[in-house]
Amino acid sequence: MTDDTLGWMSVPLAIVAGTFRGSAPFLFVSLGECLTEKAGKINLGLEGTLLTGAMTAYAVSYLTKSPWLGVLAAGLAGVGLGLIHAWLSQRPRVSDVAVGIAMIIFGSGIAFFFGKAFIQPKAIPLPVFELGNWSSYPQVQDALKISPLLLIGIVIAPVMQWFFSSTRWGLYVRAVGDSPSAARAMGISVVGVRTGAIVAGSFLAGIGGASLSLYYPGLWSERISSGQGLMAVALVIFARWQPIHCLWAALLFGGAQAIGPSLQAVGISSYRYLFNAAPYIMTLIITIATCSPRRTLSGSPGALGTNE
Amino acid sequence: MNLRDRWRSTSENILIPIGAVLASLVVFGIFCAVQGKNPIAIYGTIYQSAFGNSFSWQGTLIRAAPLMLTSLCTALPAMLGLTIIGNEGALIVGGLGAIAMGLALSSLPPIMVQIAMAMAGLIAGGLWIMFVGAIKYYRGVNETISSLLMNYIAIAVLNTLVEGPMRDPSSLNKPSSFPLAAVNMLQSIPNSRVHYGLIYGLVACAIAYFLIHRTTFGFAVRTVGGNIRAAKIAGLPVGKLTLIVTFLGGSCAGLAGMVEIAAIHGSANASLNADYGYSGILVAFIARQNPLVAVLVAVLMGGILASGSALQRSFGLPDATVLLFQGIVFLAILFSESLYGRLDFFKDREPEVKIDASATVV
Repeated sequence: MTDDTLGWMSVPLAIVAGTFRGSAPFLFVSLGECLTEKAGKINLGLEGTLLTGAMTAYAVSYLTKSPWLGVLAAGLAGVGLGLIHAWLSQRPRVSDVAVGIAMIIFGSGIAFFFGKAFIQPKAIPLPVFELGNWSSYPQVQDALKISPLLLIGIVIAPVMQWFFSSTRWGLYVRAVGDSPSAARAMGISVVGVRTGAIVAGSFLAGIGGASLSLYYPGLWSERISSGQGLMAVALVIFARWQPIHCLWAALLFGGAQAIGPSLQAVGISSYRYLFNAAPYIMTLIITIATCSPRRTLSGSPGALGTNE
Repeated sequence: MNLRDRWRSTSENILIPIGAVLASLVVFGIFCAVQGKNPIAIYGTIYQSAFGNSFSWQGTLIRAAPLMLTSLCTALPAMLGLTIIGNEGALIVGGLGAIAMGLALSSLPPIMVQIAMAMAGLIAGGLWIMFVGAIKYYRGVNETISSLLMNYIAIAVLNTLVEGPMRDPSSLNKPSSFPLAAVNMLQSIPNSRVHYGLIYGLVACAIAYFLIHRTTFGFAVRTVGGNIRAAKIAGLPVGKLTLIVTFLGGSCAGLAGMVEIAAIHGSANASLNADYGYSGILVAFIARQNPLVAVLVAVLMGGILASGSALQRSFGLPDATVLLFQGIVFLAILFSESLYGRLDFFKDREPEVKIDASATVV
């Protein structure tokens, strides 16, 4: 079977395949950013966390021959970086945006420094679920090789939604993010809750990194994250700080990323970069359209972007 | 403020950053020692390859020039209370504007081409960030996020143009635009390899400092940054100030793009996206938004960047070592921000205590 037998059908199929392959990092990193922002802080450093997670997962999977240990180690690496961000960004008069940018440099420094040795060797990738065996088309079979991490992410999204809406701790996070002074009056430790949210968010972003290096593209290189961690910030706005919408947004962004390459496969190569930028343009337009000078975005945590 | 207080606050402003740099040297030194490398030797190499002789100084200054300009893209809007991180995007569109102008006018005398390219860079970068300011003021869109998104849009525009409409068919492996004519390139300062972009950077920082700290316009801007409600009541045109300041900030980053194109690359290609924009954000934060301090920080940072390949050659360390070092320095300096006004060492004790006591009696 070649592309010819599928003809133009190969384009939507390639987009579906790209959506399944490319969404997992977006999903994890945006859920992590969502949790962090709900608590009222921004973590731009998740780009560095994603890189460190990807490198750690790849290295540990290579050294221990167990990809799942790699995933765990990636999460723990995220916890380490998250602790630094949580501590620094909550010091008086320190901007969380500036800390985030410094953490991108620091995180990518760590990842590239220790990752140098792992560019050549081949680590054991994560096993995949092959859901496409009913089809005789190899393209369909390929498209439906689903990463277990994507499935885990798909489960986490509604759980996090429930966590925010129906649990005591979810309420604490929202209170801290909306009005730290009110939360303090309720007797909630603002620093404690924010630290927890930032560290847990970083853990998720680390796992997002693992899905890059252990599933797709399934190797470690310095260009692997290509801004996906920073994009999570946009994605969370797009999702209006709702974890369940993060899921749809991650699928949409993952799919949008696949449009360019899949059109290229059928010979349309010009303007593929503009297709790649489509999610950013879309997010920008939606943000402009839905903001108003008198109020911030609906759904936005009240203390976000203030230095409270 | 009497002389003694002034001395205390000055010494605080000098000693805290120095302490932060020393602390980061210790942390990075421990890291190197754990890796089995001699930290003293590593610092010697960094110093030698950044500031050791006139050749290395020149390499440092070449890297510092765009950093001075991009840092203003964050520092100027910060005076209004805006956190702009779209420096990279503004640099790229500035560079694109400059190369388009340089190619279109290539038959004019070089000095005219230079001026036109600089203007194109200024205007393209300025409008790019002014758009961020406009949607902030008129639509309430968070400027940090919109400027971040616009970085990616700028990169996509750059890649699309150099692979499509602007592509020189002879650039095979690395798609690039048609090259600038050699006479139209930004020349070097006589007897050095440092290009005139350094002068652009120094002049821009000096103008920015004068504008913010020595003019009524600057006073108005700082008032808005201090308390926007009070500024509105005082009748200051907040919208207009936002547009002007974001335009000025963006135009500096755009000029950095012109400098990189006209002095270093000679044509537009993916190398334009070299993270000078992101580093500029940190330069601005570390300089605490002061354009004159930004010059010093940019030189320091240019030095760190310049020492990368030397570390690789002499110690077999990955070139990412410099990135890691940079990260540690930044984190330490950001931490030191929280120490201002909180260390007993810099506090004036006797008079303040007495005033407090009498105040409570009343």
